[in-house]
Amino acid sequence: MKRKSLSMLAAAGLSAALVLSGCGRASDSSSGGSGEITMWTHSAGNPGELAVYQQIISDFNASQSKYKIVQQNFPQGSYNEAITSAAAARKLPCLLDMDGPVMPNWAWAGYLQPLGLPDDLIGSLLPTTVGRYKDTVYSAGYWDAALSILARKSVLAKNNIRIPTVDEPWTLDEFDAAVATLKSSYRTPLDLGAADKGEWWSYAYSPMLQSTGGDLIDRGTMKSADGALNGPDAVKFFTWFQQAFRNGWADNAGPVGNQRFIDDKVALSYTGVWNAKDALQSVGDDLLILPPVDFGKGPKIGGGSWQWGISAGCKNADGARAYLKFSFQDKYLTAFADSQVVIPATAAAAKASKYFGDAAALRQFAVLSQKFALARPATPGYPVISSTFEKAAKDIMSGAEVKSTLDTAVKAIDTDISSQNGYGF
Amino acid sequence: MSRRWIYLAMTGLAVFFLFPLVFMFVSSLKPDGQILSDVGGWRAFLPVGDISFRNYAGVFERVPVGRFLLNSLLVTTVIVGAGLVINSMAGFAISRMRWTGRRVVLSVVIATLIVPFETIAVPMVYWVSQLPTLLFQNGRLVYDFGWLDTYEVQIIPFIANGFSVFLFAQYFSTIPAAIDEAARIDGAGWFTIYRKIAVPLSGPAFATVAILTFLPAWNQYLWPSMVVQDENLRPVMVGMQYFFQDTTAWGEIMAYTSMITLPVLVVFLAFQRAFVSSVAASGVKG
Repeated sequence: MKRKSLSMLAAAGLSAALVLSGCGRASDSSSGGSGEITMWTHSAGNPGELAVYQQIISDFNASQSKYKIVQQNFPQGSYNEAITSAAAARKLPCLLDMDGPVMPNWAWAGYLQPLGLPDDLIGSLLPTTVGRYKDTVYSAGYWDAALSILARKSVLAKNNIRIPTVDEPWTLDEFDAAVATLKSSYRTPLDLGAADKGEWWSYAYSPMLQSTGGDLIDRGTMKSADGALNGPDAVKFFTWFQQAFRNGWADNAGPVGNQRFIDDKVALSYTGVWNAKDALQSVGDDLLILPPVDFGKGPKIGGGSWQWGISAGCKNADGARAYLKFSFQDKYLTAFADSQVVIPATAAAAKASKYFGDAAALRQFAVLSQKFALARPATPGYPVISSTFEKAAKDIMSGAEVKSTLDTAVKAIDTDISSQNGYGF
Repeated sequence: MSRRWIYLAMTGLAVFFLFPLVFMFVSSLKPDGQILSDVGGWRAFLPVGDISFRNYAGVFERVPVGRFLLNSLLVTTVIVGAGLVINSMAGFAISRMRWTGRRVVLSVVIATLIVPFETIAVPMVYWVSQLPTLLFQNGRLVYDFGWLDTYEVQIIPFIANGFSVFLFAQYFSTIPAAIDEAARIDGAGWFTIYRKIAVPLSGPAFATVAILTFLPAWNQYLWPSMVVQDENLRPVMVGMQYFFQDTTAWGEIMAYTSMITLPVLVVFLAFQRAFVSSVAASGVKG
């Protein structure tokens, strides 16, 4: 009885304290009311990129007094989880960056509002740095990435292999002959990056599929992968893909990255612009940045990197737009490009870049991006398409029967699309 | 087999089990390129080539490692400390006190072990974002809704633990009931019996639960990734992702893992004897 009385007294005391202290609701400090605009990036752990963001934010905040950008940085590996959780809790920031191919899914899920930046600004950007979903622009990025085949001039010359150009890339027959020749000097002549995982697989290998004539999905309707991912062209590409591993031309031994090329353990490395600086430092003038192989329908590489969008619930969308417009100045785009070794989104920014200027060492990547980049299908179903593609391609690499594996993948993708009522298409 | 051969075999095994730690520490002293080049042979375990502490300096430039360590230490200590008290009390109530429905409650507690955390993580984020909280703002006590971006969201959901309750209940049930009866005749209440009899007699159970709670709390990754937006509140494991950019900073990862493994290793080595005996006594396998 005594104990019960004590508990009741404590509870009553706490309640009274709260009432007497006039305990009111905390004032809302989230984006909106105070002109504060929250901004999330995936760039935690990337001091170079963060330094450019801090410069832009500091310049923008100093340029006017109506809005104030407040930045939060997340590590890339857990960024999507943070966004999904924040969306579930209705706590999305005003400004958020996103990987290009994910944008349609977030737009469809209602996370984003149309970007609403001026047409002339959007028109000045590389097409693959602009995220469109159902003909509406939802995101735009400061840069793009590009893939190429890295090689050594001396190795190709020694083996009498023609150096391909943007205007005259290797045909598939030429490429096969080159790799077969190099096999006599290298245990594994080609590093396709198959030790990597996740979205890399669709980013890296679906352009080869598209260059053969297939695709991840029928882009005309966005309602089925049937015919695109399991048609004759797709079977032709994946048969080649399987043979490349079976013949010992490529393997999935790793490590992920470009180290085997730097160590001269492979002759050709299918890799991204992000590895080019190290390769240039190690290989010097002997380095070749080659265009992708023409599998029959013209060379292709993946396009679409990190881009910025505005959340649907942003109370200060005008301020967010003002910030984005401010941030797309060429000087900032050049700063990102030179800090991150990525291709600037505008021609003027590329011209001013120490890596991508007219005579700069990595200029070729900008050319490849302009000529051959193809964005991944702008459908909310892309995350499922990508993971399904990865599984199918890995199975085929390991020896699975090509046609039936692709049929299974198509079924999985189509089932997902049906279960989501066509994702609004 | 002579004792010498046994010792030799055991030393060989000990060295073998040390390989990952040696690899981690040695690699933390090498540049990325050399780590990847050395990885196929014995050089991977030897401090040879371009050796320096540059990776450690790089870690401090990239990650607020001291802050992350402090956060993890705080979160882990409170989870373990509060967990020992609350779960042992629950286990005691289920095991020693006679009340209707205790078997059903124990079954429900055990059933919670079947549900993987990942399946309830997103709904939990929604729940915690709606929970009321008290805070000081401009010198006033105010209320608000939402636990996101706080220490309590990293701590409170993990204090009560089905496995710990079950383990305590099992261990307490091995203490003879006659002791309770004798204590009650002497006028002791249930809390006194818990505090003065059950707890002192259950050292191995407490040590086992402490270890089994400490490791997952220290290694938390998914939950803080979802509920903590403020960098100042992040724990060490989320910091690991800072090194996975377009190119992976392997040397810095090894330096970072060396730094965050060290406290765990020191605690384990310091209490090794107690840990091993407690795990053996409680019959729990890792």
